[in-house]
Amino acid sequence: MRRQLSAVISWSYFVAIYGFIFLPVGVLVLFSFQDGNLPIPPFNGATWKWYAEVFADDKLTSALGNSLMVAFLSSLLACVLGFCAAYGLARYRLPGTAFQRVLLTAPMTVSYLIIALGLLVVFNWVGIRLSLWTVGIGHVVINLPLCFAIIYASMGDHQKNIERAARDLGASNLQIMILITAPILMPSILAAFFLSITFSWDEFIIAFLLSRFEVTLPVEIWSLLRSGLNPKTNAIGSVVFLISAVLLVLLEIFVFQGRSKDDS
Amino acid sequence: MTANLELQNITRTFDDFTAIDNISLKIDAGEFIVLLGPSGCGKSTLLSIIGGFLTPTSGRVLIDGKDMTAVPPSIRPTTTMFQDYALFPHMTLRDNVAFGLRMRNVGRSERAAKAEGFLDMVGLKASAGRKPHELSGGQRQRVALARALAVDPDLLLLDEPLGALDMNLRRQMQDELKAIQKDIGTTFVHVTHDQEEAMAIADRIVVMNSGIIEDYGKPTDIYMYPRSIFAAGFMGEVNFVPGRVTAEHDNEYDVETVFGTTRLSTDSFTAGTPNVGDETTICIRPEQFRPASASDDANRTTLCQAEVVDGAFFGTHFRCHLKPENAPDLILVAHMPQSTQLKAGDRIDVLVNPSDIIAVPPVALAS
Repeated sequence: MRRQLSAVISWSYFVAIYGFIFLPVGVLVLFSFQDGNLPIPPFNGATWKWYAEVFADDKLTSALGNSLMVAFLSSLLACVLGFCAAYGLARYRLPGTAFQRVLLTAPMTVSYLIIALGLLVVFNWVGIRLSLWTVGIGHVVINLPLCFAIIYASMGDHQKNIERAARDLGASNLQIMILITAPILMPSILAAFFLSITFSWDEFIIAFLLSRFEVTLPVEIWSLLRSGLNPKTNAIGSVVFLISAVLLVLLEIFVFQGRSKDDS
Repeated sequence: MTANLELQNITRTFDDFTAIDNISLKIDAGEFIVLLGPSGCGKSTLLSIIGGFLTPTSGRVLIDGKDMTAVPPSIRPTTTMFQDYALFPHMTLRDNVAFGLRMRNVGRSERAAKAEGFLDMVGLKASAGRKPHELSGGQRQRVALARALAVDPDLLLLDEPLGALDMNLRRQMQDELKAIQKDIGTTFVHVTHDQEEAMAIADRIVVMNSGIIEDYGKPTDIYMYPRSIFAAGFMGEVNFVPGRVTAEHDNEYDVETVFGTTRLSTDSFTAGTPNVGDETTICIRPEQFRPASASDDANRTTLCQAEVVDGAFFGTHFRCHLKPENAPDLILVAHMPQSTQLKAGDRIDVLVNPSDIIAVPPVALAS
């Protein structure tokens, strides 16, 4: 009796917590199939109509393309810079290592709004016009600390002897980084890369403040929302969610599966 | 290829700790040298200096007569085999062994062929396409050896490479290392703290302690005629008896100990000719004692009468503790022949051949 009661309570808790997290997403996805003009109950029946409209909308599809490109390139750059910083700090005795580490991870604690404003002021001052490039720079700023932290944490001393062995066999520093260190750290580098992509993919404030004519998907969705709710916004929201979910699955497959195999 | 190695007055300090204290050493081309000593004696530091991973605070490293002191490891004609093997985990065995050749811009097919040749030498040709994590410890060790030899070094440096293996495998690998070294003729410098391993593989052993060389020579010489108390004690069980040189005869000296006066030849004084009046310590290995009944050798003389305290049968010998009557505080360890039937409480005459006794200065050699 008592055991049944505790089972009921833990199951209710389970349902409540995941319901709280995923119910809004479920409702969003459900009403993207709404056969009607308003994404609100009652559900009138399923249709693919709104998805067809999304992919027929040049503005939305080009914003989607822009988002993917910005996410991919900015994450790539953040990973390369993060790896170099981690390698330098882990392998060389540099002045003020602890201070430099703090300096590198500090942007994580600053709000995106402040970072965006700061960059806006700098770009204006230097005379750089706002474009997808400036959005990308903003995303490198927010993702570099993350990439650095993940890669630095995985750069253990046990790889030092492996790097020494490579040096002993005639490899230069650059060859060691490219042929030895980076491949060994690939699981963490990929984890950093995929996380950066997901953060860049649905980032709004920086993308909104640092772009002008060409915009990323979150900014485009925001301007769509200003004209009121309709199932089309649900459809594009579902697409965003789907792509994030795909990235998560990729992360799981390439990073965490590979990691558990290497440990055995 | 092979080359000789000369270390000239090498000193290395870390802050205020002296890891290597003015070491000079000459190693001939094609020798198998073992640096032997307890942990912290500086043997691995010395190996790092030879390999170029550390620069000495002062002194020079000459390989084949050329000054290599400031030459980085990548250009030195040395390769190191690390204690943890340090294989590249993301590469196949073939790529691991071929890595050094790749760095020397050898073409893909040529280096693959050469790598497989070296894998064949260590008996792993069939596994060339596997990755290190699929191998056992002994196999990884062989790959590390093949990888280090694939670039044809003049000197191979081995940093406690057998430390992680179990006893049987270690014996087997010692034989293989020795056979491969004889076959290719490369100079090997091998670091270990295991004196049995050192005796099994070395042409010559360098015994190190606290940053200095205590003794240097062939395994038999170091075991039979050690030049310091430390070398004698590190190479195996030994009995130390303090004494004093009391008289000199032709090529012989009288040494007075608690057992009375023993006459030793000059050869017994491994650290150099003594002066009358010098303090000395005589060293007797346990297996050099014999009970009186077993004596048919006229060279043996009675050292003392002793009481057997306890004993145990070890297969190859009967190991016992003896309490000498004229020095009850000095318990001797003896390895008596298998056939001796000794019991605790037996009183025996303990015989020893004076030419087996050596005498060294009472403190460890200090430079």
